[in-house]
Amino acid sequence: MTMNNQGRPTAPGAIELNELPTISGDRGLDHEEPLIFGIGRDGHCGVDLPNVQLSEARLGGQRRRGPIGLPGLSEPEVVRHYVRLSRNNYAIDAGLYPLGSCTMKHNPRLNEKMARLPGFGDLHPLAPQSTTQGALELISELMKWLTTLTGMPAVAMSPKAGAHGELCGLLAIRAAVEARGEKRNRILVPESAHGTNPATAAFAGFTIDEVKGTADGRVDMVELEGKLGPDVAAIMLTNPNTCGLFERDIRHMADATHKAGAYFYCDGANFNAIAGRVRPGDLGIDAMHINLHKTFSTPHGGGGPGAGPVVLSAALAPFAPLPLLVHDANGFRLIEDRAEIKDGAKPFGRMCAFHGQMGMFSRALSYMLSHGRDGVRQASEDAVLSANYILHSLKDVMTAPFGDGPCMHEALFDDGFLEGTGVTTLDFAKAMIDEGYHPMTMYFPLVVHGAMLIEPTESESKESLDRFIHVLREMALEAKAGRKERFEGAPRLAPRRRLDETAAARKPVLRWKKKELPQAAE
Amino acid sequence: MSEVRFTDQHEWVRVDGDEATVGITKYAAEQLGDVVFVELPEAGRKVGAGGEAAVVESVKAASEVYAPVGGEVTANNPDLTGDPAKVNADPEGEGWFFKLKLADKAEFARLMTKQQYDEFVKGL
Amino acid sequence: MRYHPLTADDRAAMLAKIGVGSVDALFKDVPKEAVVPLSAFDLPDTQGEIEVDRKLTRMAAKNTAAGAAPFFCGAGAYKHHVPAAVDHLIQRSEFLTSYTPYQPEIAQGTLQYMFEFQTQVALLTGMEVANASLYDGSTATTEAVLMAQRITRRPKAILSGGLHPHYAETVETVAGLHGTITRATVTPGKAEDIAALIDNETACIVVQSPDVFGLIRDLKPLAAAAHAKGALLIAVVTEVVSLGLLEAPGFQDADIVACEGQSIGNGLNFGGPYVGLFATKEKYLRQMPGRLCGETVDAAGRRGYVLTLSTREQHIRREKATSNICTNSGLCCLAFTIHLSLLGEEGLTRLARINHAKASALADKLSAVKGVSLVTPAFFNEFTVKLSKPAAEVVDVLAKKGIIAGVPASRLLPHDPSVKDLLIVAATETTTDEDADALTRALAEVL
Repeated sequence: MTMNNQGRPTAPGAIELNELPTISGDRGLDHEEPLIFGIGRDGHCGVDLPNVQLSEARLGGQRRRGPIGLPGLSEPEVVRHYVRLSRNNYAIDAGLYPLGSCTMKHNPRLNEKMARLPGFGDLHPLAPQSTTQGALELISELMKWLTTLTGMPAVAMSPKAGAHGELCGLLAIRAAVEARGEKRNRILVPESAHGTNPATAAFAGFTIDEVKGTADGRVDMVELEGKLGPDVAAIMLTNPNTCGLFERDIRHMADATHKAGAYFYCDGANFNAIAGRVRPGDLGIDAMHINLHKTFSTPHGGGGPGAGPVVLSAALAPFAPLPLLVHDANGFRLIEDRAEIKDGAKPFGRMCAFHGQMGMFSRALSYMLSHGRDGVRQASEDAVLSANYILHSLKDVMTAPFGDGPCMHEALFDDGFLEGTGVTTLDFAKAMIDEGYHPMTMYFPLVVHGAMLIEPTESESKESLDRFIHVLREMALEAKAGRKERFEGAPRLAPRRRLDETAAARKPVLRWKKKELPQAAE
Repeated sequence: MSEVRFTDQHEWVRVDGDEATVGITKYAAEQLGDVVFVELPEAGRKVGAGGEAAVVESVKAASEVYAPVGGEVTANNPDLTGDPAKVNADPEGEGWFFKLKLADKAEFARLMTKQQYDEFVKGL
Repeated sequence: MRYHPLTADDRAAMLAKIGVGSVDALFKDVPKEAVVPLSAFDLPDTQGEIEVDRKLTRMAAKNTAAGAAPFFCGAGAYKHHVPAAVDHLIQRSEFLTSYTPYQPEIAQGTLQYMFEFQTQVALLTGMEVANASLYDGSTATTEAVLMAQRITRRPKAILSGGLHPHYAETVETVAGLHGTITRATVTPGKAEDIAALIDNETACIVVQSPDVFGLIRDLKPLAAAAHAKGALLIAVVTEVVSLGLLEAPGFQDADIVACEGQSIGNGLNFGGPYVGLFATKEKYLRQMPGRLCGETVDAAGRRGYVLTLSTREQHIRREKATSNICTNSGLCCLAFTIHLSLLGEEGLTRLARINHAKASALADKLSAVKGVSLVTPAFFNEFTVKLSKPAAEVVDVLAKKGIIAGVPASRLLPHDPSVKDLLIVAATETTTDEDADALTRALAEVL
């Protein structure tokens, strides 16, 4: 079988809570909240709507016959329920969120306000274009920022997230290869890549060939060059890479790739380390998605929505998907169909309905305008400075596999310093919760054993960083001193102890069920 | 008299006459963590030695299980579908994955003995 | 810069501790020639809130918001009233500024609403299981086709002519890589005979109801026809409020249901972000794409929720994943959940009835205008009318009069001359009698 040595316990041993139980089951500010289905009752409603007469004449005989099964609640009940739920979440607004690769930076509230302007938030995607000129102007201006910051001639705006952007980039590459009358089916992906890279390549119909890394955490150039050939469509590289390092040989890689007739796809998840300082276009990159929810701070929202526009080189630009945005004497105009194209472009298709994540565009542009080019550069520098400050301050007590040189915007540690302590990466990370911190990214990248990837971002003050460093240092020292009690079974102070993921996966319960499910009446 | 051999991909195979029973080793089951799902080959399917035959999943990992020897699948372990924990509880016994009709005994002879496999694992 | 806490002194102290002279030293792995000066970027410098607010507010003012005019656009995105509590709650820091709930001990808030969302979607669609959302309706439909191709190991997908053309193009672009996609003829106001196209190579038929012209389809015979040939029925819903009034696709034996959930909880936002609903039968669970939340217990035996069955997903399965999707539509799915909780059974039913009544009244008014005829006999809150002039021209003229009349079918199907006079018109609970009268009068004037 294919071995995976990153396995870790997923079923915690049972523990007893040694505290006097409360009568209510709640504990101070920590409320136990039932499911919404356990609160509501039939017939109640949190929205006042008239009960109009129904004529079935125009329903084509398709009227619903049974009840749906939704509970009824008043507005105060709904508000209290979701406020209580929210208090069980950690958030960047409440504390340092050092998730490597995820870029949990401050989300300015001006951006929220701008996205909610009725001219943007209450605008229909298919309204007559004469009535949406301001929205098209906003997209156009964001496109200018993205192409200027990356030094690339074109950008496709419709992808809805990073992985969707990867797909868009690979489909443009597929179209370009086909337009040359060639068949190239292989994509080279470094072993340190984000899981989305090989998944996307397979999704786009390619086969994947992994490229090994070197001892210093970079792509092995010799192996890469050895694997390049006439059947390779592209290489997919993250830069700075997932070990938090800049790929020094990137120009050389680009040249070798192009010489072999392949294209260079860059995963732009870590663009926030170099924005305003380095233009990917200057490095020979053909396509790169930009996670607006990382580099340009649109909120992560508990897992989305994101946005993943893709910048494209001159070689790939003609294959960008519909819709296309043009500007002429009559103003801005969306080209939504191939027949309207006059400049010979050959869009490979369409990524989604409508024109992309407008609500993220307005937030990202608000962020960019606020920062300006100088602020964007400063953000990158502060992110890199803060990560190096952490790396430097912790590498004597933790183990940094590539700690000899500087890192980019994230500091990578492995579990070497925990060897023989009986404390694992998982224990160490979970114990951070008790100290009031969200854990770092753990067990990724896969190329490092028991990886801990810390990304502080530019949003932390020096005092905040110093405190974080102090806590992690003390934790590392305690682990080494054999004081396992802080780590075993941690967290102890969160709304929940460790959860049984094994049970969840063996017998999946994926929805609430009433004793009797509503059935359609026959 | 049955004999058990091992692969460097952490499968074991026990041969009785021309029937081979396949599973994953204790070491592999420990590395994988709590097994939550297995996907087994249907009877009648032909697999080549080293070919993908089954999938075993823990919460955090999914791995292909390769056929140590080639042949036609004659049975799969019906208990594993409802109770995948058997793979952890008794990987080299009740946690077997599938049986096949051995096509070529020479393939079996090329695999590692118990002693060789234990040495191999020690070196990992 | 107001968003950067580090001061010049802090930076100097940090560099000193690291032991380098300047921040440039930290970028030493970057090839020197690749570092560009700020002047290389033809972009403005930092600005305060006042300036940014002013600039973007002026840009927004150039658009006609749906709420600022008599407004009748639908075709996949709908103007509904979202209760004020929804936007308040989704802006709570703990929801807005948290990440994917990978640490369940401190993310039960997100996980529990995901579980509630999955339940609501399963109930609404009449299916056994639902995931924690995909990007939007069009990508959810694409994922459904890919899933059908995986389940049946057959290459062909047949798309109804009533499927939203943007959805059809999205499916062709991605699922077309893994099989063949056939589009049935476009028959506005009528159901095409899609069952006749099903053969033994067919993985699925994809039928939208109400369809892009507003027509309510009868899915049950289509499910039977598909199943008889070993194919699956994928039901698509772009106006999810319709499920408050119409039979759920699950009760018509659909195998996979893909919906656009924007109508509940989410604004129009010029096309995104929206929220894709995705539901299926339990037996297909392991072929389902996207994130799933499951119920479990913690070490102390208390009920809790975790992300589960992740081995289907890209971060573990890599190139063998069911999909490359990494995010869900978190905050939009929260907005959906809260709005639907506020509505409840009674509210959703009333809302759906109001929508149908408004559209029905509007259809009567418009049908009485000379040069307008109703194309869609059975509809929910959206229907198609045939005009005596090209619809796109009429829409432009009415836009100048301050009325957003609807979506001309030619905008979605520019190659099809047979639809050039067709106008797709939607009415919702936000449509007033005055709005309906304004549209009726304006059409009477220009036709």
